[in-house]
Amino acid sequence: MGSILSVKNLAKTYKSGTNTLTVLQHIDFDIEEKSTVAIVGPSGSGKTTLLGLCAGLDRASSGDVILNNINLNKLNEDERAWIRNQHVGFIFQNFQLLSTLTALENVMVPLELRGANNIKKTAMELLEKVGLQDRASHYPSQLSGGEQQRISLARAFSNSPKILFADEPTGNLDTETGERVERLLFDLNREAGTTLVLVTHDLELAAKTQRVIRLKGGKLLSNAE
Amino acid sequence: MQSNDQTSYATKTNFWWILKMALRDSRKNKSRLLLFISSIVLGIASMVAISSFSDNLKTDIDLQAAELIGADLVVDSRKELSQEAQHLVDSLKSISSAFAEEKSFASMALFEKNGGNRLVDIRALGGNFPFYGKLETVPESAEGSFRSGKNALVDKTLMLQFNAEVGDQVVIGNQKFTIAGALTNAPGQSGISSSVAPAIFIPLAYLESTGLLQKGSRVSYNFYYQFPKTTDVDNILEKLDTPFELEGLDGETIQMRKESTGRSFEDLTGFLSLVGFIALLLGCIGVSSAIQIYIREKLNSIAILRCLGVSSRQAFLIFLIQVAGIGLIGSVLGAALGVIIQQLLPVVLQDLLPVAVSNDLSILAIAKGIALGVFISILFALLPLIGIHTISPLNTLRLSYEENNGHKNKYRTLVYGLIILFVLLFARMQLDGWFQTLAFTAGVLLGFLILYGVSLLLVKLVKKYFPHSWSYLWRQGLSNLYRPNNQTVIMVMAIGLGTAFIATLFFVKTLLISQLSFSAGSNQPNMVLFDIQSSQKQEVLNLVNKENLPIIQEVPIVTVQLESINGYNEAAVRKDSTIGLSPRSFGRELRVTYRDSIISSEKITDGLWIGEVGQGDTARVSLEKEYAERAGLKIGDHLVYNVQGLMVPAIVGSFREVDWNRVQTNFRLVFPKGVIDDAPQFHVIMTRTPNSEASAFQLAVVQQFPTVSIIDLNLILTILDEILDKIGFVIQFMAALSILTGIIVLIASVMISKYQRVRESVLLRTMGASRKQILTIAAMEYLFLGTLAASAGILIALLSSWALAVFSFELPFVPNILLILSLFVGVSALTVVIGIFNSTALLNRTPLEVLRKED
Repeated sequence: MGSILSVKNLAKTYKSGTNTLTVLQHIDFDIEEKSTVAIVGPSGSGKTTLLGLCAGLDRASSGDVILNNINLNKLNEDERAWIRNQHVGFIFQNFQLLSTLTALENVMVPLELRGANNIKKTAMELLEKVGLQDRASHYPSQLSGGEQQRISLARAFSNSPKILFADEPTGNLDTETGERVERLLFDLNREAGTTLVLVTHDLELAAKTQRVIRLKGGKLLSNAE
Repeated sequence: MQSNDQTSYATKTNFWWILKMALRDSRKNKSRLLLFISSIVLGIASMVAISSFSDNLKTDIDLQAAELIGADLVVDSRKELSQEAQHLVDSLKSISSAFAEEKSFASMALFEKNGGNRLVDIRALGGNFPFYGKLETVPESAEGSFRSGKNALVDKTLMLQFNAEVGDQVVIGNQKFTIAGALTNAPGQSGISSSVAPAIFIPLAYLESTGLLQKGSRVSYNFYYQFPKTTDVDNILEKLDTPFELEGLDGETIQMRKESTGRSFEDLTGFLSLVGFIALLLGCIGVSSAIQIYIREKLNSIAILRCLGVSSRQAFLIFLIQVAGIGLIGSVLGAALGVIIQQLLPVVLQDLLPVAVSNDLSILAIAKGIALGVFISILFALLPLIGIHTISPLNTLRLSYEENNGHKNKYRTLVYGLIILFVLLFARMQLDGWFQTLAFTAGVLLGFLILYGVSLLLVKLVKKYFPHSWSYLWRQGLSNLYRPNNQTVIMVMAIGLGTAFIATLFFVKTLLISQLSFSAGSNQPNMVLFDIQSSQKQEVLNLVNKENLPIIQEVPIVTVQLESINGYNEAAVRKDSTIGLSPRSFGRELRVTYRDSIISSEKITDGLWIGEVGQGDTARVSLEKEYAERAGLKIGDHLVYNVQGLMVPAIVGSFREVDWNRVQTNFRLVFPKGVIDDAPQFHVIMTRTPNSEASAFQLAVVQQFPTVSIIDLNLILTILDEILDKIGFVIQFMAALSILTGIIVLIASVMISKYQRVRESVLLRTMGASRKQILTIAAMEYLFLGTLAASAGILIALLSSWALAVFSFELPFVPNILLILSLFVGVSALTVVIGIFNSTALLNRTPLEVLRKED
């Protein structure tokens, strides 16, 4: 199977006055299509920064991120937005639903952006899959945390992404709800044949993926299957 | 491949999707967006109202121009007609289809029934003027009946003032006239003109018998013509330009009146538009500030959209469409309100208008107002919207984003440039020339910059000299001025500008009134007796003495005309422009005096004043400096004056600076004693009467000397006060819109800052802060803001009033401390009240309720 994501000698530094803060350095790895990968590490190890770079949310200071054979570092922000819409799905720790849109509309947005057909039907099917078809017309503020994350899952899969990035997807949920969301995430992933990259503190969750990338102090500690 | 995909992606996510997203996103922010739009509603309302009114006024002036002037052509002369002038007047009469003649002048009218008397405008009319429109009278038949017999039409305000009735007698000069009717309107007459100089029409045939036409009387000779429809009157007048100028005749056609009336009201509506425009600018600054906070709150939503693949351009457009929508709704509401205000404007302005203005809807004005509202909302919202470009999708992971300041600043400068350009172009459309336009734009910019500077300075000073020893509540209130999401700048601007407006208005009005009151002060004359013949002088003086009144000034007045300068007469000056003299100095009647000394309102600036002329010497006359400069005269120039037919040589001996603002008889030309002392002349006597005795003294003078006229300065003061009140009301009406806008921006700002502070207030409440403590913090913050904004506004008003006083009215400016204090206290208190009112609304709900609602 070919590589969907290739990270080569990646580094990220921030300038603060005269000081330079290195958040990530010498990061190299490849992720195969349809695989599941967890990025773990203590707080401040650079997990979220790495996720942002891999998903094209940010630009690396040096090195390359090649997503679906496209070098993200050579694209401008609007070109990366296009890549995200075409190939990438996101799940966030704090759900990040658009508060002014209903559950259904939140799921529809990526499809609308692509100019897809049968948008409403597709979005409703996804809501059914996450068991929230009855909540389609509710606004995020009218939903519980678990429900919001399930809407977020439906939205993430709506554009049939090649790769899905999840940042602490169960971090804001209680154990029971978290487990339910986890199950749903892996089921949908399997069904859609999507590559899953998730960042987590939760080693139990990480253990459910095929491969774990460990970070510490901005460096790659291990990259084990 | 990728590029093609991207193109199709961009095409598919077309305008309709962006529009849909804009609508979806605005759904849950309706009340907030409504608050933003309220800022521009009044500005647009005033623009639409004034523009509609102006359109109607233009149409009505066009339709009623003939009735404004009453004839196809009016020829007038300020002096008795020469033979040549008479010939010109007669030649026009020979080709006209109707002709009328009028002699008008100021004189006293005495109402015999109750002894009421007043200086009026006597209009002795011969012929069937007006040919268009009519003299509106009560009863209607009086318009015709007064023309035959010793009858008079008396202005309705005079009738009311002196309780006169139809059939009463009014004495004018030596003649009694029966009042045939009350004059309610005459061609070209407005409410103000009739209150300054109320008219009495009498038949021309009886003018002679009044005995008021004396040598040197200031009479205006008017000739009215009606021509057959096919006559090109403007063309005829153009051909007569030179002979008219030579003979001192002026002509005016319907077209000319139309243009001049249109021009003067264009100035008025232009001025009102600018006042409305400032209200609109103020509202737009409110919108800009509100949008800035709105976008800041939308940071996360924008970041999510960016994550999902929305381009920065699309995100920008989503919010731009929202702003355009807000602008559109605000403008439509404003236009609707404008249509209502438009119905009020003719009522407010009726005393200033020479025509009846209709209330028709002007679709063009409404469309222009709406377009302006949308455009200006977008223009001002661009400043905060530019920031959207820099919002990174990374905000979804952590709420800290790096701004690309260079990129942002470049656009920001461009938007500021566009705003200034827009203000400049808009002002140019309302004003006559570029100088005024630049002055207005610079004034607006300066006002905004002062307010901006003051607010920034405040924030800096508060930070630097923060009073750490103050109690917690005071410190908290004060620190709110500079903490993140503060509203200091916008609120100081909004309140300051409104204060500046109203304060300037009050200062200028007080200045003008106090100047006149000063003129009428205890040691100044308050009654001027003029048109006193030499034969009457002693008797009038005796009467004044008998009444125990002081004779403050007694001045002889002689009418002269300039014949030649250094041997050049008018014809020579016209022929050879290299002589450097003004041909306009010739042929005009000058009213001059003679005396042996200069008086307190004069100062010799050049040359030497010699008060008496020796036997056989040439008189060395003194000229007012500006008059001499306009005429091109120098010290030592030889002049010849025509003094009632006698040629009198004179030399320019000195130049004088004259304070025209004093209540004194001042002259452009003063002769020394011993030259024109025996020329035909009339006299002016100035005295001072206690208010209680003014009417009795006036009556005594009028009864004994019916041809002598009296100016009662107290009456003038009252009239001026009335006029300033009328004009002031119009300006106050417009200023009120600005102030209301300021208050709305203030309320919006307070509400927005409330949204900003809500979590903090709730946190304070959960930690046990009492309602009183939270209100005290709010009161402190608004007290600081209100006092600062009021001070800055009053500072601007003082500067602009000083500039108006010194440069426009040429008066010294003494600020009225009581007025300043009242404004300061009033504005500060209003700010605190509004601030507390809004905070109270927040406190009436439980912390949890607030947090859920704001979530």
